[in-house]
Amino acid sequence: MAKTITDVVCPFCGTLCDDLEVGVSDDGKKIIDVYNACAIGAEKFLHSQASDRVTRPRMKQEDGSWKEVSYDEAVEYTATTLAAARKPLMYGWSSTNCEAQAIGTEIGEIVGAVMDNTATVCHGTTLIAVQDVGVPSCTLGEILNRADRIVFWGCNPAHAHPRHMSRYSIFPRGFFTGKGAKGRRMIVVDPRVTDTAKTADMHLQIEQGRDYELLTALRVAFKGEWLPDTVAGIPKKTIYEVADLMKSGRFGIIFFGMGVTQSLSKNHNIDQAICVTRDLNEYTKWNIMPMRGHYNVTGSGEVWGWLHGFPFALDLSRGFARYNPGDTTSNDLLVRDEVDAVFVIGSDPGAHFPNSSVKKIWDLPSICVDPHLTPTTAVCKLHVPVAFVGVETGGCAYRMDNVPIECRKVVDPPEGMMTDLEFLERVTARVRELKGA
Amino acid sequence: MATVTLKPIKVPDLRLEADNIKPDAFAGKKAAEIADLHVFCGNTRYSLGEFFEVTGEGGATAAETEVVIDGDVSRVKYIGMKMTAGSVLVKGNADMYVGAWMEGGTITVNGDADAFAGMGMTGGEINVLGNAGNYLGAAYRGDWRGMQGGVIRVVGDAGSDIGTFMRGGEIIVNGNVDVHVGTHQEGGTIIVKGDARSKVGGQMVEGDIYVFGDIEVMMPGFQHIGDVDIEVDGVSGRFACYKGDMGERHPRRKGETIYGKLYLKY
Repeated sequence: MAKTITDVVCPFCGTLCDDLEVGVSDDGKKIIDVYNACAIGAEKFLHSQASDRVTRPRMKQEDGSWKEVSYDEAVEYTATTLAAARKPLMYGWSSTNCEAQAIGTEIGEIVGAVMDNTATVCHGTTLIAVQDVGVPSCTLGEILNRADRIVFWGCNPAHAHPRHMSRYSIFPRGFFTGKGAKGRRMIVVDPRVTDTAKTADMHLQIEQGRDYELLTALRVAFKGEWLPDTVAGIPKKTIYEVADLMKSGRFGIIFFGMGVTQSLSKNHNIDQAICVTRDLNEYTKWNIMPMRGHYNVTGSGEVWGWLHGFPFALDLSRGFARYNPGDTTSNDLLVRDEVDAVFVIGSDPGAHFPNSSVKKIWDLPSICVDPHLTPTTAVCKLHVPVAFVGVETGGCAYRMDNVPIECRKVVDPPEGMMTDLEFLERVTARVRELKGA
Repeated sequence: MATVTLKPIKVPDLRLEADNIKPDAFAGKKAAEIADLHVFCGNTRYSLGEFFEVTGEGGATAAETEVVIDGDVSRVKYIGMKMTAGSVLVKGNADMYVGAWMEGGTITVNGDADAFAGMGMTGGEINVLGNAGNYLGAAYRGDWRGMQGGVIRVVGDAGSDIGTFMRGGEIIVNGNVDVHVGTHQEGGTIIVKGDARSKVGGQMVEGDIYVFGDIEVMMPGFQHIGDVDIEVDGVSGRFACYKGDMGERHPRRKGETIYGKLYLKY
């Protein structure tokens, strides 16, 4: 007979579902099943139970083989590497809790590191745009209860945030949205016919890389001004129709993803989408929200926001915070040979960075703190496996709408394994000794 | 005019941050004092003399000081940043932030200048004889004031995002430019003598953009209002004039709405 733990928070994507139920064995040591989660979320819990999981730090040897080392040795290598570096890059921070992010930032301050999170290849451009023109936003709860016009622009929640549409945006019945999906109009803007696009009332199959033009055309259409016959492959008649549809709602929301943040125009796409939202507020209530990927990438931006004023690409090398994406962002630093050590936690640049950047990580003294075996652990010199946050340890995470949610511990980590927080605390203490800080 | 010559003797392994390379910092100093000024590689402080052989001495004021960098400094950032007077000549390539926030004086880069050159500048002159990178004469992140005065001339091509949030001054690019020209522009003039790819004048409030070559894809917020015969930077010709960006806010002055103007040469 298994026990069921309720109200478990899913540490996978930025939707941060908080209604999971996890069945554990009577001794509370093993996860048997996961309920309510999507396939990806369930796998995250079950993967922690893998029999071939790495449970001790490993150091790469000269012949390319791996040798198991103690956590003490791992702390020593990490601390001495970071303390000796003149410009270490401390990257990742998105799949760990805010407590670990805060203590990690302390290490960055002591050693004079550049701190960057996964937003750098994701929603960093959103953060640039928000700084340029502000952001009218809301919480997912407000969307559930009020929204009747939903736009998904360059994102595919059916696959990337599988429970988003059922929990918040399209299907649920809320206080003022009693008819559920029937009372909502859904517009998808995507060059591909995605599974999200297939469920939409209106799919604008836009030419790739022309989002900025289409967003501009919408703003022109709101004002009733002249438009060319087609913009971004969309006939002007359709654009005027969409503009009217957007104006006619009671409460609208634009969700957007990688399709606009990392395609041509990048931050300008978001800048213009925010201006579209701002313009719509002349007629009715509209909001805009990024579909954040990692479950706590929002949290790392929040933590650095309150500690240093910038949400990513934070350069602490000269003892004060500087920020300029294009200069202080991970890939620019790596490709331009501006860093001399790399520390990665809670993310996988080995899989997501360009090959030219990954090669640089391979060449440099490098540490990867991650519960899994990933392409990044393969290119780093030291791999420190840790407990899964949200499964084997709790901690605070921020949902995509900037709502903080406390994750729950469900089972114990394998014996003798450290959490991110414990490891970083040990490294901080040692770095302090080495730097005399 | 007193001349200070910096000859690169060591290539920095990480990039060098040398915001002290400007007439303002060198004025009134002897060679040894200049060599003693600080530069940074990451978190570590070095002296200028470890990377450059310094000869000559600064003039009494910045205006009377000429700085000559006799070699390639493509790994040295912040050359001429915030300078107010005098001149800087770079005989090779320069890294990011050449003349960022400069207020006066002249910078000449014989080679290429990397990104963020002339960012937020309010006066003075930057001449790049090679190519310029992205964000030429643009605003610093989050600032609504890009280039506000002065002149930037690029003999080669320029990258993307030139003149973002520009509010005054002039950018002249002889070659081609990448996407986003004068985004959020609210004053000043951008002249592109080659081709521009797309996103020209997006979210433009006011100011002028001239393109002599082609624009691959026009922004939908621009309306053709007629043709004009004008002289632009010494070149006379007939230009098609567009107003925009019609989706953006526009001020009213003397009962008239002010638009950004985009001129395309026939």
